[in-house]
Amino acid sequence: MALTTEEVKKVALLSRLELSEGEVEKLGRHLNDLLSQFEKLQLADVTDVDPLAGVVASSNVFRDDVSGEPFPREEMLVNAPEVRDGCIIVPRIIEG
Amino acid sequence: MTARELGVRLNRKEISAVEVTSAFLNRIQQLDDKLKAFVTVIGNEALSQAKAVDDRRSNGETLGLLAGVPIAVKDNMCTRGVPTTCSSRILEQFIPPYDATVVSRLRDQNMVILGKTNLDEFAMGSSTENSAFFTTRNPWDMDRVPGGSSGGSAAAVAAGLAPLALGSDTGGSIRQPAALCGVAGLKPTYGLVSRYGLVAFASSLDQIGPFAIDVLDTALVLDAIAGHDPMDATSSEQSYNPVFPQLQAQGEIKGIRIGIPKEFYAQGVEAEVSDLVRRGIEALCSVGAEAEDCSLPTAEYGLATYYIIAPAEASSNLARYDGVKYGLRSKAANGHIGMTEKTREEGFGAEVKQRIMIGSYALSAGYYDAYYKRAQQVRSLFCRDFDRLFQKYDVLITPTTPSPAFRIGEKADDPLQMKLSDVCTLPCNMAGLPGLSIPCGFIDGLPVGMQILGKRFDELTVLRVARAYELATGLAAKRPLLDGGR
Repeated sequence: MALTTEEVKKVALLSRLELSEGEVEKLGRHLNDLLSQFEKLQLADVTDVDPLAGVVASSNVFRDDVSGEPFPREEMLVNAPEVRDGCIIVPRIIEG
Repeated sequence: MTARELGVRLNRKEISAVEVTSAFLNRIQQLDDKLKAFVTVIGNEALSQAKAVDDRRSNGETLGLLAGVPIAVKDNMCTRGVPTTCSSRILEQFIPPYDATVVSRLRDQNMVILGKTNLDEFAMGSSTENSAFFTTRNPWDMDRVPGGSSGGSAAAVAAGLAPLALGSDTGGSIRQPAALCGVAGLKPTYGLVSRYGLVAFASSLDQIGPFAIDVLDTALVLDAIAGHDPMDATSSEQSYNPVFPQLQAQGEIKGIRIGIPKEFYAQGVEAEVSDLVRRGIEALCSVGAEAEDCSLPTAEYGLATYYIIAPAEASSNLARYDGVKYGLRSKAANGHIGMTEKTREEGFGAEVKQRIMIGSYALSAGYYDAYYKRAQQVRSLFCRDFDRLFQKYDVLITPTTPSPAFRIGEKADDPLQMKLSDVCTLPCNMAGLPGLSIPCGFIDGLPVGMQILGKRFDELTVLRVARAYELATGLAAKRPLLDGGR
C-alpha cells in the first residue's frame, strides 16, 4: 500500500508542514520505505490482546490544590517571537 | 580518573573544583573544535559554580562525593538561562525559564555543569548527523559517527571532555552511542527518572540516564537523578534505594541467571559483534553466572512497532512548535496557518518532518486501527514476552548494536538502514525496562557494546552484572588516544 503524491500532500497539511515539491517526492519515498516495513505487523497474532499506551499503570495523578509563584512575565516573554506591551503578537485570525 | 576518584580527592581538598573544572574546560577548548560534542559551553558559569563549591569546602562544610565534579548535559534538557536548542533551528534561540528536574538534582549535588551536548534534532536519529548545527565525531575514529541521538554526551565522556554526562533514550539513544563510543550508558526503568523539563519526543518511551567511563560512576549519577518527582505524572512513587553503596558492598554474581535471546544475534548483527558479546557472557559464567539461550519472538516486530508509536507521539508533542509563543517564527508568514506551516517548514530538518508525517499518517482516520492500535497491541506482546523471560532469568544479554560505528555519510541518505542500527535497543523501551550498554571489546580499533536488560526497577542487578564483568575483564579502562593532531 504505497502513498501517492496527493496523499503525501494531505499528510503534510495535517502535519502543518508546507513542503517543497522536492521534499514531497523525497519524503514520500522514505515514507513508503517505512510503510513497507509496517506491513509485517499485520502478521502478528493480536487476538484478544489489549493495546498498551504505556508501561505505567495509568490512573489520574492529582496534586494538592495549593497556590504557587508563577513564572515572571518578562522571563517568559523573552522567548516570544514578537511582543508588544507585555503581550505576544500574532497574525490576525478574525476578519473585520 | 573516574568521577568518584575525583570526588574523593575533592573531599580531601587535594585538588579544588576550580582546578578540575578548568582542566576539563581546557580539554574542551583543545579538542572540541574537531570533536564537536558541545553545542554550548558555559565556562564562566561552570567556574563560578566550582568556586562556590570550593568556598563551602574551605568553610569546613562536608559535601557529597559528586560536589564539584563536572558533568555535560544533552541539549534537550532545560537549563535555566542557558540555551536549550534540541539541535534544532526551531529552538535555536530558546532560553528556558526553569531547570529540568534532573538538572536541579545535579545542582542539589553541587555538580558543575560544563555545557550542553549535541544530538540528532529532537533526539531523532542514530548518528548526530540530523543535528541542525553539525555532526559530532567519534573519538575512536574522527571519520565515523559517535552514534545517537545522545552522540555529543557519549563522545564527550569517551574523549575525556567531561567525566560524566546525561543523555536521553527513546529507542536506544543512550545505549547505542555508549556502545559506539566505548563508554557505559544506562537507560533506567521508565518512571524512575523524572522527565520534567526534558523536551518531549515520545512521552511513553523517553527516559533520561547517565553516561560514564565505568559502572560505578554510572550508578553514582543514577542515584543523583532517580526518584519520585511530583512534576512528572508518570514518575514512579516507589521509594528509591541508592544503588552505588549496594554495588560497592556486593560484587558477587554467583547463581545469577542470564538469558541469551537468540533474535538479538540475528537481524543483521555482525558475527564478530555476536562473538564478542558471547565471550563476555562466558566471562560472566566464569565468575559464577549461569547462561542459556532463549527466545523473544516479538523482537521481529520491534522496528515496525517503534516506528509507529514513537512518531505518533512525536507528531502530537511537536505540534506545539507553531511559531506563536516561543521558538522560531517564519518571517515569510502569511496569516496564522501560513505562519505555522512556514515556521515548521523552515525550523524542522528532514528527519523530524519525516517522523511527524509518519505519526500524522498512522493516527489519521482510516489508518488508526491498522497502524497505531495494532502497534500498541504488539507493544503488549513485548511486555508479555519480557515478563515470561524474566520469570526465568535475572538479566538478558545481547549486542547493543549490530555493528561498530559506521562512517559519517554512510547511512545518511537511507533512513531505513539508519533505523536498522537500533534493532537491538528498541524492545527495551517498549516494555519500559532498564538497559545498560558497556564496552565488551573492539573490532578494528572500534568499540563494541554489550547490552544488559533487567526487570523493571531492578537497575541494581543490571549494574551488578556489569560491574562483575568489568572486574573480570578490566575492559572499562581503555580510552581513545586523542592528543596531538588527529
